[in-house]
Amino acid sequence: MKVLYFAWLRSKVGIGEEEVAPPPEVSDLGALVAWLKTRSPGHAAALADMAVVRAAVNQDYAGLDHPVKAGDEVAFFPPVTGG
Amino acid sequence: MIRVQREDFDPGAELARLTAGNTAIGGICLFVGLVRDFMGEAAALGDEVRGMTLEHYPGMTERQLEAIEAEARRRWELEGTLVIHRHGRLEPGDRIVLVAAASAHREAAFQACHFLIDWLKTKAPFWKVEHTAAGDHWVEARASDETLAGRWEG
Repeated sequence: MKVLYFAWLRSKVGIGEEEVAPPPEVSDLGALVAWLKTRSPGHAAALADMAVVRAAVNQDYAGLDHPVKAGDEVAFFPPVTGG
Repeated sequence: MIRVQREDFDPGAELARLTAGNTAIGGICLFVGLVRDFMGEAAALGDEVRGMTLEHYPGMTERQLEAIEAEARRRWELEGTLVIHRHGRLEPGDRIVLVAAASAHREAAFQACHFLIDWLKTKAPFWKVEHTAAGDHWVEARASDETLAGRWEG
């Protein structure tokens, strides 16, 4: 599973992209967030308040109950500010 | 058509290309967004912005812009649409974004253009870092942008 971080989340995690293999019980975005937060203090800081984080699975917006599986591309980022 | 690019664009040339050969078009509404030189709501209250850098999510950006464009074409009878969004380092006065809608009649063109920019601002994965004398900071999303996008829901 590929996980991407953008904007200030990337700064906090310290990397923009990583390949991860969470255990099988990590089957939705919420569980993935909880598991990622155990990987480093940077991950924990970036994902501390999910109210200010948006997520996408395979390049579409997704809520915390969205399923995730091996091979997915998951991204975490702040609310968008383009235009 | 959508384009995500680092380079500047020429609104006049884009408009000419959008309408070339299609005499069913009766009107085009075209919006161009520029980099302002101040943060926040008013020039007098904000810090001077020396420039900004736009980051995006390659792949998802194109996917979301295409979905927004398709939604506009589903809602209004349009003869053409164009969305161009830049990324990378930009200076005050630079063009950031162009959205355009062409239709037989002006009302569809105005509404579709307005819809395109409102949805783009809340759905397309771009993030701005502003460079000011006090340092760099990530621009925060505005609740008012969500409100403006929300008027097109339903």
